[in-house]
Amino acid sequence: MAATGISSGRRRRLLRPDEIFRVVLGVAGAGVLAILATMLISTTVQAWPVLSREGWGFVTGSVWDPGTSRSEITGEYGALAFVVGTLVTSGIALAVAVPLAVAVALYITQAAPRRVAAGLTYTIELLAAVPSVVFGLWGLLFFVPTVLRPLMDVVANTLGTFVPFLGGPVVTYNYFAAGIVLSFMVMPIVMAVSREVMAGTPVTEIGAAYALGATRWEVMRHVVLPRARPGIIGATMLGLGRALGETIAVAMLIGGSQQIPSSVFRGGQSMAGIIAVTFQEAAPENVKALIGVGVLLFVITVVVNMAARLIVWATGGYVAKEQSL
Amino acid sequence: MTIMTSRSLHDADPAALRRRRRDRIVTVVLVGAVALAVMPLVMILFEVVRRGVGAMSWEFLTSVQPFSQRRPGGGYLHGLVGTLYMVAIASLLSVPLGIGAATFVVEYGQSRLSPLIRFFTDVMTGVPSIFVGLFIYSVVVQGRIGFSTLAGALALSLLMLPIVARSAEEVLRLVPDDLRNAAYGLGAHRWQVVTRVVWPAASNGLVTGAMLAVARAAGETAPLLLTALGAFEIVTRLVGEAQTALPLLIYSEARGPYEAAHARAWAGALELMLLVLILTIAARALSRRTTRNGNG
Amino acid sequence: MKPSRPTTLLIVLALVAAACGGASNDDSSGSPSSEPVELLGAGASFPAPLYQEWIGAYRQVEPGVSINYQSIGSGGGIEQFIGQQTDFGASDAFLTDEELADATAARGCEPVHIPTVFGAVAVAYNVEGVDSLTLSGPVLADIFLGKITRWNDPAIAALNPGVVMPDADIVVAHRSDGSGTTSIFTTYLSSVSDDWKNGPGAGKQVEWPAPNSVGGEKNDGVTAQIQQNPGSVGYVELSYAIETGIPVAKMLNEDGNAVEPTLESTAAAADGIAIPDDLRFNILGVGGDGYPIAGATWLLAWTCGYDEAEAAALKAWITWALEDGDDLARELLYSPLPDSLQAKALAKVALIDAER
Repeated sequence: MAATGISSGRRRRLLRPDEIFRVVLGVAGAGVLAILATMLISTTVQAWPVLSREGWGFVTGSVWDPGTSRSEITGEYGALAFVVGTLVTSGIALAVAVPLAVAVALYITQAAPRRVAAGLTYTIELLAAVPSVVFGLWGLLFFVPTVLRPLMDVVANTLGTFVPFLGGPVVTYNYFAAGIVLSFMVMPIVMAVSREVMAGTPVTEIGAAYALGATRWEVMRHVVLPRARPGIIGATMLGLGRALGETIAVAMLIGGSQQIPSSVFRGGQSMAGIIAVTFQEAAPENVKALIGVGVLLFVITVVVNMAARLIVWATGGYVAKEQSL
Repeated sequence: MTIMTSRSLHDADPAALRRRRRDRIVTVVLVGAVALAVMPLVMILFEVVRRGVGAMSWEFLTSVQPFSQRRPGGGYLHGLVGTLYMVAIASLLSVPLGIGAATFVVEYGQSRLSPLIRFFTDVMTGVPSIFVGLFIYSVVVQGRIGFSTLAGALALSLLMLPIVARSAEEVLRLVPDDLRNAAYGLGAHRWQVVTRVVWPAASNGLVTGAMLAVARAAGETAPLLLTALGAFEIVTRLVGEAQTALPLLIYSEARGPYEAAHARAWAGALELMLLVLILTIAARALSRRTTRNGNG
Repeated sequence: MKPSRPTTLLIVLALVAAACGGASNDDSSGSPSSEPVELLGAGASFPAPLYQEWIGAYRQVEPGVSINYQSIGSGGGIEQFIGQQTDFGASDAFLTDEELADATAARGCEPVHIPTVFGAVAVAYNVEGVDSLTLSGPVLADIFLGKITRWNDPAIAALNPGVVMPDADIVVAHRSDGSGTTSIFTTYLSSVSDDWKNGPGAGKQVEWPAPNSVGGEKNDGVTAQIQQNPGSVGYVELSYAIETGIPVAKMLNEDGNAVEPTLESTAAAADGIAIPDDLRFNILGVGGDGYPIAGATWLLAWTCGYDEAEAAALKAWITWALEDGDDLARELLYSPLPDSLQAKALAKVALIDAER
């Protein structure tokens, strides 16, 4: 037994179950990297004819006039209107969701009774589990026409008369409608991460602040929030990543016009939306352009996500919770 | 009065009163924010249940939609079948791969690959689902396989993979080193330690992660638009025929002007929400049991 | 065994390919006796409700034939047809010469155009207090160009004496996806307005210049947009407008008659036009009692490459639809082909798989 082990040790070691096991797991691990790389490379290669022809115009041009050719690039592809649509709806979503999420996180970690806190956390995490098409359906057939439309009319007729980008006439499905519904979808992520970060505030510091006579608000403002700020920024960027990539709910609610509107109460289109809506209809050159839009979206979201995770990691936050949402 | 004095020396101080008033206002604002944040969920649940129950029936659960959206009746059985079919295949592909990758990261943490894998798995969770659809379209659908169950399942598996991997990583890390060391002490090989000790110890958590990934995949629409496409009947073939899913049916019937189609879409939304929420709630219950066991 | 070049995707594909093998074996091991035929088609949403009904009704005639028609739009229908992803295509726009050449090269034989029905593109509107509206081609073009932006514009008022047009903004609703309906509509606008012709032009997908515009997906989506937006005007297939009860505008035709889009006026439009041998034609310059914005819709099929059962089933279904499907067509407000054209269409059906 020992003798054979020594004489053929080298050959045997290659076949040891541990080695095989390690290689199998390593392939699985490397697979994740390979898939990500394959995704980026294969799509970029497909989109290249359009990207190289348009250059920066692909991002800065606002004329999207698809050609119908099967072999060459004859149309004009400037995706600016969709980039703007994605950014504006995401911006609206964050502007609504982040203050709300931070407030809820503050309440849960600093003010709520334990049982209420647990219940709230659970409820809001369930909100994250609602499929986006259900948000879209609800927004399309109920929330936007019934609840939001009257509100938008009022705003457009009052504030809209002198504040830019809030003017009428209101179109029912628009940037604002998509942004608001999107905020409901983004809020749970921002909330979950903010809560984790705030929960990490050392109890001793909070106790010390109370001992000095600080009110609850003063503790939040001078102890909890300053420590949590980088984490909240990270959470916001994670939320941004989610908002940028959301497709169906936005496509259903943004209005579907291919222009850059002069008011948030008018229709537009997002990057993900234009892909979902026109992909099946498109001629080959148009497909290449849409894949290009996908690559652009991919790059933007990946950069945002990487930055978010680096920030949260660097500040010792705990992002794992968000994965499961 | 004496008690009050002992609580705060600044009671009579108007500045202190102002501080306390501000504190109370902030509390009200926070509670208001909580109410606002919970409202969408309440409204969605209420509306989906109200309209969904109204349109839900035995017929809806057991039949397929009429050919024309304007006609009433029928149901989304084909969508349910398609969703379960594609999610099942996607799970077969993504769960082993995801758990494998996570095991590699945790058990072979000294490898140079590990932090890279970990980071990019994180990044992959942020990849827009429509982009995954585009990728599968360009590689699989255009690559002669066509719109099919398989193409849809591949897209879903890519979306599930990072969720499975990241949640598996978390639970594998929770397995105490004592367990591993005890097994090594008994002379076990590493592969035996992993397969006989670590995985069983983490099994509840691994299942939880897989279930959350399934819940996420079952609700996806965008990638399926480009890969499964849609169908009017129950499709059992893996390739050669377009497939449909609950979210696709809801999407296509919600957009149109027909009352009958809207009714079906609400019932479909109820069905899909039940599917997803039950999975999510069950997964969370399971994970809570695991952590409690782990702590105890 | 190092994970070098072969990506895991390939491994996944290989795994799955093995799985497919298993699945298709299962399939063929079914019952070979009454061989069921499955046909996959995709394309125009313009005639989709009718095709779905035809498919449903044909099931009573031939239970063994299962036809799956996907309403994905004409552009997608043509792409998938040429890409060999479907058995037949459907489009509201005939193939361009380039598409025809590519199609022939892809399959090794020519496709045939089989017109099935005519449809009218209705100009639907949602204006409070207005239940009768007449528009002319140039005025319609100016609205969609964004030159006319209010409902009480003199140009609109002049066409509608006796109707009080409200002082409200016009919201233009259009298709956000590429479509044959758009092609019919913009082809018409190009024929009546030079500004349109030299601006957005005709096509399945164009740049919509009106600043106050909304897009909708498919006829469904545009109809829904019009319903949801007060002051809107848009173009949809007539059956969608009628079924949802949205008012539609009368259009002035070449002879200056204000014509409501109906089955009869659509048929009248289709009457006196010259039709080329390959059955690729537009309907323009309509006069008399004809409604001016109309077009045909086509099924696309191949002259070779089907297996025998498929070809027989496809021919039988289309023949049945053209000969016996007229009542269903009228019920859904499509105008069936005039007899002369029906004979030409049936001659094309006979060419399906004829070069096998």
